[in-house]
Amino acid sequence: MNLESLKSEIETNIPGCRLEIIPNPSPSAQHSLLVDPEHAMAISIFLRDSEPYRLDYCSNVTGIDWPPSAAPHNVKLKEMDDGGEQDAEAEQAQPTGYLEAVYHLYSMEKKHGPVILRMRTEDRATRVHLPSLTPVWRSADFQEREIFDLFGIIFDGHPDLRRILMWEEFEDYPMRRDYVEPDDYEYEPTAHDEVLRKTMHHYSGNA
Amino acid sequence: MTTTIPLPPSASLTSTPLPDGGESQLLEVSMGPQHPSTHGVFRMDVALDGEEVVKLKPIFGYLHRNHEKIAENETYLGSMPYTDRLDYFCSLTNNWAYALAVEKLAGIQVPERAEYLRVITAELTRLQNHASLVGFLMQDMGASGTPLMYAFREREKILDLFEALTGARMMCNYMRFGGCRVDLPAGWLEQAKQVVEAFPRFLDEFEQLLTSNEILMARTQGVGVLSKELAVNAGITGPMLRATGVNYDLRKVDKYGIYDRFAFRIPLGDHGDVYDRYMIRLLEMRESVGILQQAMRDLPDGPFTDPKTKVRNFRPKPGEAYGRIEAPKGELGFYLISDGSPNPYRYRVRPPSLINLTILEDMCLGRNVADVVIILGSVDIVMGEVDR
Repeated sequence: MNLESLKSEIETNIPGCRLEIIPNPSPSAQHSLLVDPEHAMAISIFLRDSEPYRLDYCSNVTGIDWPPSAAPHNVKLKEMDDGGEQDAEAEQAQPTGYLEAVYHLYSMEKKHGPVILRMRTEDRATRVHLPSLTPVWRSADFQEREIFDLFGIIFDGHPDLRRILMWEEFEDYPMRRDYVEPDDYEYEPTAHDEVLRKTMHHYSGNA
Repeated sequence: MTTTIPLPPSASLTSTPLPDGGESQLLEVSMGPQHPSTHGVFRMDVALDGEEVVKLKPIFGYLHRNHEKIAENETYLGSMPYTDRLDYFCSLTNNWAYALAVEKLAGIQVPERAEYLRVITAELTRLQNHASLVGFLMQDMGASGTPLMYAFREREKILDLFEALTGARMMCNYMRFGGCRVDLPAGWLEQAKQVVEAFPRFLDEFEQLLTSNEILMARTQGVGVLSKELAVNAGITGPMLRATGVNYDLRKVDKYGIYDRFAFRIPLGDHGDVYDRYMIRLLEMRESVGILQQAMRDLPDGPFTDPKTKVRNFRPKPGEAYGRIEAPKGELGFYLISDGSPNPYRYRVRPPSLINLTILEDMCLGRNVADVVIILGSVDIVMGEVDR
């Protein structure tokens, strides 16, 4: 499927949306489409329901963490420039890095794909909201929960956004690049803490 | 610590008003994680009205070890043995899915003999997975022992083949980028042919024992019905999807490897219930036997791995790739991003077991609690893959 024609098709049908083709230099040549979060829902419904595409099957949903040091924009500019100025500009453009959600879409009816959609948050700290595409494809349900759990992207409109793999009381996001594993993460308060404390007291020899 | 945390109740009652002004009590049961029918450490929060299920929320994470994070700190090849531990019943198809994604990422060509070896090992994996799954399903249904032991007897013959070829029964670690790790040992092919030739006899025996069994029919027909539309929308893959009648098998759609060279059919169901899923698996085993016979007949000579692919210091160029195969449980995909360093920047497993559980609640609502066990058994999950 030609991504250029898909892009212009979406642009004519959904006015005001901002799309960008993200090239993929690897031999797989699976290029992707960067979608702006405001129009993501409309674009998804269009892709799912319009006749030539019918992308009815959302196979894979995942998150990627791009801290400022690793964000691909910066890397590209650094390769191109020959002075320090452009480099500094690039740092200014994305000083905070961002989180990215990636959707791999296929069509079970037409047997084609993949069309890859990407959405980016504004930064990695507080503005981490993206629209949930679970109302369009239910297969995103557990996978978006997993991204929320491990990367910390908040999906607005998700019917049941809870932690899925980590426990409810857990606070950090383990798949972030800068995550530091705590040395006591196995610790969880249990009903028998008091018993264990008494046991330790008993072993210490103090009556 | 001064505050005491109360013990969580394993079952509790909540009152709900009835329309006629009376009061009904919902029984909330925590099914699992040590329940024998949950196929590993998996828990369901079930609310029951009498025997009827009115709510069911799956709880995961008991086996979570953040496989993806570990793989990001490991070389590409270093993750290969770890993929065995995802779905520990089907290590060879896990290997293949990962190898396929890396080959897409780096543009590696696989020699013909290696492709055949991959098909042979993957289809043997499908045979033993489906056979034991049907056995487990019968076990869940109360057919204690016999069908499961029949299935395990056959599975053991296939695992012997795996052991002779790879050195391990279950954790095979056999595929490499651009081929396989070792060639077939002497006499292996003859032994494998014998096992495959004898397999249809086991299937006949199995079918005679089960297919028209009255209890099996009564307990599975019309139970756990899944509609076509919901299955597609919820991303269900594998035998679960095909039991609803959707013709989507990646061996036919993507034709990865050399699957376009074999003649085989895709069995489809009509009702999308547990019985259809059982039948689809039996029929798929018969088709796999056919593929195996063709592949073992046509197996060419030649190299079993691509000699140009580096084993040490393997660094794919920056880029990304998503590779997927038809694993016995559904679509198993690997999504990799390379930044040019020896380890992947991002490594993602698309687990069919997890995503097939999306509709567990939809299938169980309104059914008896005893049916939950059967419906879950027919989904075919392995917690190593669900939790990663």
